[in-house]
Amino acid sequence: MKYDVRQLRLISNDRIADGIFDMRLEYGQDDLPVSCGQFAHVYVPGKTLRRPISVCDCSNGELRLVYQVKGEGTRIMSRMQPGGLADVLVPLGNGFDVQKGKKYCLIGGGIGVPPMLFTAKQCDSPLVITGFRDSSLVILQDDFKSAGAETALVTDNGTAGKKGFVTDVLRERIGEIDEVCACGPTPMLKAVADICREYGKPCQISLEERMACGIGACLVCAVKVRKNGEELMQHVCKNGPVFNAEEVVF
Amino acid sequence: MADLSVKVAGVSFDNPIIAASGTFGFGREYNEFYPLEKLGGISCKGITLKRRDGNPPPRIAETPSGILNAVGLQNPGVDVFIIDDLPWLKRQNTTVIANIAGNTVEEYCQMAEKLSETDVDMIELNISCPNVKSGGVQFGTSCESVGNITSEVRRRCKKPLIVKLSPNVTDIASIAQSAEANGADAISMINTLTGMRIDIGTRRPIIRNNTGGLSGAAVFPVAVRMVWQVSNAVKIPIIGMGGITTWEDAAEMLIAGASALQIGTVMFSDPYAPIKIAEGLNDFLDKNGIKSVTELTKTVIPW
Repeated sequence: MKYDVRQLRLISNDRIADGIFDMRLEYGQDDLPVSCGQFAHVYVPGKTLRRPISVCDCSNGELRLVYQVKGEGTRIMSRMQPGGLADVLVPLGNGFDVQKGKKYCLIGGGIGVPPMLFTAKQCDSPLVITGFRDSSLVILQDDFKSAGAETALVTDNGTAGKKGFVTDVLRERIGEIDEVCACGPTPMLKAVADICREYGKPCQISLEERMACGIGACLVCAVKVRKNGEELMQHVCKNGPVFNAEEVVF
Repeated sequence: MADLSVKVAGVSFDNPIIAASGTFGFGREYNEFYPLEKLGGISCKGITLKRRDGNPPPRIAETPSGILNAVGLQNPGVDVFIIDDLPWLKRQNTTVIANIAGNTVEEYCQMAEKLSETDVDMIELNISCPNVKSGGVQFGTSCESVGNITSEVRRRCKKPLIVKLSPNVTDIASIAQSAEANGADAISMINTLTGMRIDIGTRRPIIRNNTGGLSGAAVFPVAVRMVWQVSNAVKIPIIGMGGITTWEDAAEMLIAGASALQIGTVMFSDPYAPIKIAEGLNDFLDKNGIKSVTELTKTVIPW
């Protein structure tokens, strides 16, 4: 059986920025076969749908999920108490394909930043560009540094790091980069993909869509892609969440 | 261990729990949780004559105790289903129902003819999909159109024929009678209730299709009421569905008048729900000294 629902002990569930929470779950002795860019589907008591959350980190027996409180479901998640069990379907989806020896630029925008941490850990000294609306939302900067990444921080209003957008930094640095991986709001991903196309750099992007089953059965989390000249609907949960930016029809 | 097996229109199911069309694809994904033979059957994702890409996203919104969806019948088409999916499904030791939808009566008939030449066990006529522009529910909302499409498909279909009813009608019992009078071997009900949610910030409907079909626990009481009404109006068996979440719901739906059940939306929170419901039903029967699950059907004692 490829899939299983796991009951994981909640170690901590702390607020780390305005509306952003850091959930750590214990998965015990056995390896959890998670690769960077995959996601966990978290059962929320009382809700009809699970909440898909990208894996922020998975090491030393801990699965780390950093998520934003957006509505009632994530609010209930944020009140889950340490010591209790969380019902989690993990790992799901196809993550980033990263190889040693390449120079990666990892780009995260807002709540798209967390999956780039686990990704950074699989790369050789990557450049990590993170962008946030303002200083109250900045997360994970120390974690990226500990992972051996060079970090560049931008905010829309300049209250933390440089004022500007992740794409400003990408344009400055693209000459030294082999490949880009990105996760964030759709306009940011489109802008990143456009720059990569302009400079001929491969680009992988992690997408988000309203989701139900998480395994490719219900077909709700559709994304339009172009393959061999033909447009078709694929699904974020099963074909993604990471796609080749060149194939995504924005 | 009670006898959980049921027969619907002469077709055997090892237990009354069938995966509901549209929630379970063609079974391959959930087969990675448990062997499909644990289910009584599978009603496959709705198929059309030609491939359909479905509606643009978002296709789903969560609602109190339920969801709205508007997938729009994304599927690879009946020929791909017959070649790529059906042979695999038939090896999984469970009863296979093909759910078909069309733009025209002729399309339904052509699919029924093609599927009649395969190993599929039953055909479910989807005349209740609320999420496609043409076809779907337009055939399912009047006695005349239900009667017409049922008799046309019946003439060209060699398999037992289930007609799946929409709840978005004035008098579901008379529609069920029209299906029965025109050759339906069974009724399945209910499809989703048409609904809508709006983002108050953007003033845009959350679902790109504007409206969608409501399913999940929220619709369960409506489904029980309609199954009961239809069971009083027709003699053919009813496959009951609509928000069944627990084994208690399953028992209730059988008592209301259903002979078998479809389980859908609950799978999204608990993929194992169909297995748990089958086990719960078995325990309930054992505790009450009931030998066969068929003894529950239509045993409601109305006031």
